This record gives sequence, C-alpha cells and structure tokens, in this order.
Amino acid sequence: MTAFVRQALLALLLLIVVAGQALAVTPDEMLDDPALEQRARSISAGLRCLVCQNQSIDDSDAALAHDLRVLVRQRLVEGDSDEEVIDYVVSRYGEFVLLKPRLTAQTIALWSTPAILLAIGLIWLFASTRRRAATASGALLSDDEKRELDRLLDAEKSE
Amino acid sequence: MIIELGHYALVLALAAALLQSVVPIIGVRRSDEGLMAMATVATMATLALVLFSFCILTWSYLTSDFSVANVWENSHSLKPLIYKFSGVWGNHEGSMLLWVLILVLFSALVAGFGRNLPSELKATVLAVQAWIVTAFLLFILMTSNPFLRLAPAPAEGQDLNPILQDPGLAIHPPLLYLGYVGFSISFSFAVAALINGRIDAAWARWVRPWTLAAWTALTAGIAMGSYWAYYELGWGGWWFWDPVENASFMPWLAGTALLHSALVMEKREALKIWTILLAILTFSLSLLGTFLVRSGVLTSVHSFATDPQRGIFILCILAIFVGGALTLFALRAGTLSQGGLFAPISREGALVLNNLFLTTATATVLTGTLYPLVLESVTGSKISVGAPFFNLTFGPLMVPLLCIVPFGPLLAWKRGDLWAVTQRLYLAAGLALVTALGVLWFTTGAPVLAAFGVALGVWLIAGSLTDLALRAGFGRVSPSIFLRRLIGLPRSAFGTALAHFGLGVTVIGVVASTVFSTELVTRLKAGDVIEAAGYELAFGGLQPAVGPNFTELQGRFAVTKDGRAIGDITSAKRLYTARRMPTTEAGIMTRGFSQLYVSLGDEGEDGTVVVRVWWKSWITFIWLGAVIMSIGGCVSLLDRRLRIGAPARRRAPGPAAHPEPAE
Repeated sequence: MTAFVRQALLALLLLIVVAGQALAVTPDEMLDDPALEQRARSISAGLRCLVCQNQSIDDSDAALAHDLRVLVRQRLVEGDSDEEVIDYVVSRYGEFVLLKPRLTAQTIALWSTPAILLAIGLIWLFASTRRRAATASGALLSDDEKRELDRLLDAEKSE
Repeated sequence: MIIELGHYALVLALAAALLQSVVPIIGVRRSDEGLMAMATVATMATLALVLFSFCILTWSYLTSDFSVANVWENSHSLKPLIYKFSGVWGNHEGSMLLWVLILVLFSALVAGFGRNLPSELKATVLAVQAWIVTAFLLFILMTSNPFLRLAPAPAEGQDLNPILQDPGLAIHPPLLYLGYVGFSISFSFAVAALINGRIDAAWARWVRPWTLAAWTALTAGIAMGSYWAYYELGWGGWWFWDPVENASFMPWLAGTALLHSALVMEKREALKIWTILLAILTFSLSLLGTFLVRSGVLTSVHSFATDPQRGIFILCILAIFVGGALTLFALRAGTLSQGGLFAPISREGALVLNNLFLTTATATVLTGTLYPLVLESVTGSKISVGAPFFNLTFGPLMVPLLCIVPFGPLLAWKRGDLWAVTQRLYLAAGLALVTALGVLWFTTGAPVLAAFGVALGVWLIAGSLTDLALRAGFGRVSPSIFLRRLIGLPRSAFGTALAHFGLGVTVIGVVASTVFSTELVTRLKAGDVIEAAGYELAFGGLQPAVGPNFTELQGRFAVTKDGRAIGDITSAKRLYTARRMPTTEAGIMTRGFSQLYVSLGDEGEDGTVVVRVWWKSWITFIWLGAVIMSIGGCVSLLDRRLRIGAPARRRAPGPAAHPEPAE
C-alpha cells in the first residue's frame, strides 16, 4: 500500500468518525439578528447539558446540547422573553437544567450560606475585639461603676 | 514475580507504618527516647518500601507488562515513553500509590530534617503521619490494588485516555499531590500539639514553612491544571467550577488562610487555637477532595451506590480523621494557652480579616459543591450548582479581601495607624484610578465592573511594590542606600510582595480575558481568509497526519497582521486508534500577553469546516500570576530564618496576657 493510499484511507476514516461529533454553537444554528443571537448565547451559558459533566449547552459538543440550543433559538425567534424561554426549558427538563439554581425553599440555605457565615464572622470578630479591648486596657469597670467607685472613695476621703 | 515483589513491598510498608503508628506514642507516654527514635527508622523503612513498590509499577508500565491488569487497562505498547511513565498515575490505583508515596516522602522529610525538633513532638508527629499512611495503604491493598494480574495476559493494552496523553499529566498530579498531601504535615503537627497538650516555639516555626511549601506546590499545580484544561478541552475555558476543580481549590483557599494565620502565630504567638483548627480543616479538605474525586460520587450519586466499596472506604477514612481531629480539638483546645494581644487596626487585625473572608469563601465553595449531593440524597430532587452560582457568591467575597491586601503588610504589628498607611498608598490608589479611567476611556462599551476589576489588579501590584519600596526606605534615603537596603531585605518580604503581585496579575488576567475577549464561529474552505481581532487568518485546508498512536486532520492557518506574515497556527482533530476516541487539539498563538485560539469543528459536505477563533485578551496573565505567586512561595522558603532555623523570639507571657478564646 502506498503512503498516499494509506493517508487517504485514514482521512476517510477520520471523516466518518469525526463527522458524528458536533461542535458547540455552529454557524448553521446561529441567528441572523445579532441581538437575538447574543441573548441566545447568554441563556445557553446558564443551561446545563444534561448528558455532559458540568458543561453548559453553549460549550458542549453533545447532540442533546445542539437540540437545546436550537430550541432556545426557536423560542426566541417566536418572540419569547428570556424568562419565558428558561421557564419552558425547565418545564421540559426540570430544575436540574439550570446551572444557576433558582431561589426556592430548597435552595435558600445554599444562597444564604455565604452571607450568614460572613455576618456571623463579623459579629463574632466585633464582639471579641470589644472584649479584648476591654481586658487589654484594664477597663473592667463600666463608666457608671467607675463613677460610683470614685464617689465612694471621695466620700471616704471627706469623712 | 517482580510484580508480586512490588505487592509484597506494599504489605511490608503497611506493617512498618503500623509499627510507626503505635510504638512512638508508647515512647512518648513512657518518656522512652529509644521507642521515640524508632519513629524515624520506621518512617525511612516505609519510604523505601513504598518507593520500591512504585518503581515496580513504573517498570511494569515501561515494559508494557499487560499481565498486570492496571497496565493493560491504561497503557499501550505504542504509547510514547513519557506517557508510559506518567500513565503510572493516570489511573485510580496508580494515582493513589503516588498519593501515598508523596505522603511517606513528607514523613521522611520531617524525620530527616527534624533533628532540632523536641523528640516528643517529632515522635508524635511521625506517628500521626503513620496513621494516615496506614489508612491509605489499607485502602490501596483492599480496594485499589495496582498489582492485580490477568491470566492469560492480553497481547495489547487498551491505551491511556487520550485526554491524559499530554505533558500536563507528567506535572499536574504530582504538583497537586505535593500540595494536598503537604498539608498533612500541618495536620499532624496540629494533632500532635493537641495530643501533647502544648504548642511551643518549635511548633510555630515548623508549621509555617511546611504550609508554605505545600501551598506553593498546590498553587502551581492548580494553575497547571487550569492551563491544561484550557488548551486540551478545545473550547477555551480555563476554570469551570467543576466539583473536581473545587476539590483542589478548597484546600488552596483554606491553606492560604492557614499560611496567613501561621504568620501571626509565628511572629506574635496570637491566633494559636485558630491556626490549629485551620491546619486540621485544610487537610480535611484535602481528604474530602480525594474522596470526591476518587469515590465516583461526583459523576452521580448512583454510580457511588452501585460500586460503593472504594467510596465507603474513603468516606470512613475521612470520617475517622476529620471527626477524630475535631473531637480532639474540642476536648483539648481549651487547655492551650493564648498569647499576643493586638488592637483591631494592626497587621494581626488585617490578617484576621483575611482569614474571615478566605474561610467564608472556602465554606461557600464547599456548600456549592456538596449542596446538590446532599439535596438529592435528602429530598430526591436534582438541582445543578454551576459557574453562575460561584461567580455570584465567590466574586463578591473576594472583592473586599483584594481591596485590603495592600494594607496588610504596611500595618504595624500590635497597633497600626490606618490613616498613615492610607497616605503611603496614595500612589498605588492613584495608579489604580488612572487605570480604571483609562479602561473606560479606551475601550468602547466596557462595563464599569471591568474597569474596577482591572484597577483592583493594578492596586494589588502597585501595593506590593509600595511595600518593598517603603521597607527599603524609599524617599528617605539616597538611591544607593535604597538599593542596598532593598537587596538586603529579608527573603520573606520579597515572598510576600511577589505573592501579592502575582495575585494582582491573575486578577487582571481573569477580568480582561472575561470581558475583552472576542469570538468568531464560521465555516471555512481552503483558501478562505477571516479577520479576528485585527489578524487575518488564511485557511490552508485540512491535511491528514499520523502520530505514534493516533491519526489526525490538521488545519493550518497562515496568520498576517496589516499584510505582514506573523506565523502559522496548526489546529487538529485527533483520533486515538486504540480507544477510537476523538479529541480536539487547539492551535494557540501567543501575541504579547494575549492569545489567538483556534479550534476545528465539523466538516460539511461541501468541503467546508467549522472553525472557531477566539481572541483571548491578556489571558496568559491568569497563569503568569499564579507562577509569580509560586515563585514568591519559593523565595520565602529560602528565607534565612527558615534555613538556619533560628529560634523565634519568644515573649514571656506578661501579666496583661489573659487567656482568650480562639480567634
């Protein structure tokens, strides 16, 4: 077999195998209206490719991701707002499809964790600083207590 | 026969580790120097045995011994030599063996360099290390034995996963494990301190360099992994907030916090209890990362349930070590003495704030990573927590932290003057402001946030330089004295400045590449010319090519700018013959700090091919910054103080030093 024939066969083989694999957003999928296409891209970036591992449909090569991208664009062309498109996709595929989970009773703990932890940390820090400042300066008595002590001492002196 | 020797060595290593787990502890209880010294001998023996075992596995890969199941599953006789070598840890069993090898290596380093350690501390630390070694050797021998044989031996192997056939595999996992496992030293020191009930000067002096070494390796390892994903996966992403990435990022965040609190502890003997807790948490997160990645729980909760043996084993290791250490902490932390008072506005105060933000960020990443798993196993409902969540929560936590970074090194210990420090940072702040205005002026339609982000990076860079300049007496002494003093500054000062400088560089890279990058997706046929970010790319068509264990179609692009030829970009679609798995090999050309990134997609019937071209603005800054941070870590490790092990200043607890709760 000549080298040429071998290479030609290889190329053919590659064509067959690789052709099955689609790349993320292809020119055929794209919409002519740049504003609409931009909206489609940003919606796609927030939707999970359900058969992939942690990829958005915007980045994924999978056939399912392609179908979803086309679906999103169809809805947009038909005049849906971004929320309507997302609601539609969720109604078909469930909450799992959203890379940014919605704020619900189930996810309230997720979304509030950072803020709560930071708040606890800050309050605790503030309290311990106050406490430390109090012990460090030796000011174990409050202002009222001091005044009372001064009064008593003065009273003793004057007696 | 040789393979069985490797297996046998691993069993002997387990025996040695068991001895090392028990005997030194008895020695400490009986104050028997001989029994305590036994720890060093046992550590060296364990290292020799595990190393021998690892070499045997490597040998079986190099000779393509397909009678070993592990080699058959992950190798191929035609695989290039470097991948035969790095393929040893490109699979579950081998990577666990590497994990243990690095763990015993660290134990041996403590045993070898620890001559000036108090013998009780050294013996206890080595025993705690041995507990971890024992657990993981048991794990390997019982669930993940790399030395299992196949009979009859197959003639050819199944080849390594093509994505792993990359020089990245030779560097990324070892660096990552050096970081992960390096934190075990801080952990063992913390547990030893809790067991022995005291933290002395030697403790603080030892923990910081080990943490620093682990942190340096982890920083480099994560950056390496990020760049690898960037060029290998073919769609130009560099960080995906994937649970596997988070698994390595959480120990890094906690380790960074530990690094800073250990600093306070070393210099001022404050934050002792908090530092101990952080040391425990950091290694716990390393263990958690190992569990998440190795148990298969991430791909699906169900795959974990169908093949639970490994997962449950690591989960037990995790529960015993984390639970045990935290229980010990709860019981003993109260008996440890606190020292070192400081005002809220002080270097210590700044480092406490640093710790607050970093630990909150760690907890955020942890919550986001585990929440879907927990929610699904509790309620059965499936949700995704992806990049948008982390960007929305992690980002805002980082902004205040990055803002205060330049203040930290300029504040005095104990009691600082915030106003004076602010005045010294006028120049840095001015530079940041000018940058922000420049970004807004020169780029059309750039969001204000982008200008702020780039300015934040400049603020960090200028702040770190200000710190060095002021330390050397800039403006107060003549230029020649200034230079001499600058050279004479302690290495650790350079380390700090470099690390903060690198952080600024990374921030700029992250912001600029996110906001200013452009993308072009189109269909091309041979001879077409496209324009992207001011460059013209002439497509030369697809040519087939043959590699050692793959075939590929190469697309060549001649790049010109303003009619001047600059060079070629070759992008390819590869097919690995053994696994029949296609991969994309992106073509990348670096221009300044930005990159042109080209990847190939589908071919159409009309001889055209889908081509995606990205202009990635300033993207190399992301990894460059991480490299600078790692260099900072190395420079700091070369500090005279650490090399000669000079005793840290020790303050006698004065009458003002009241015992305080943990910070």
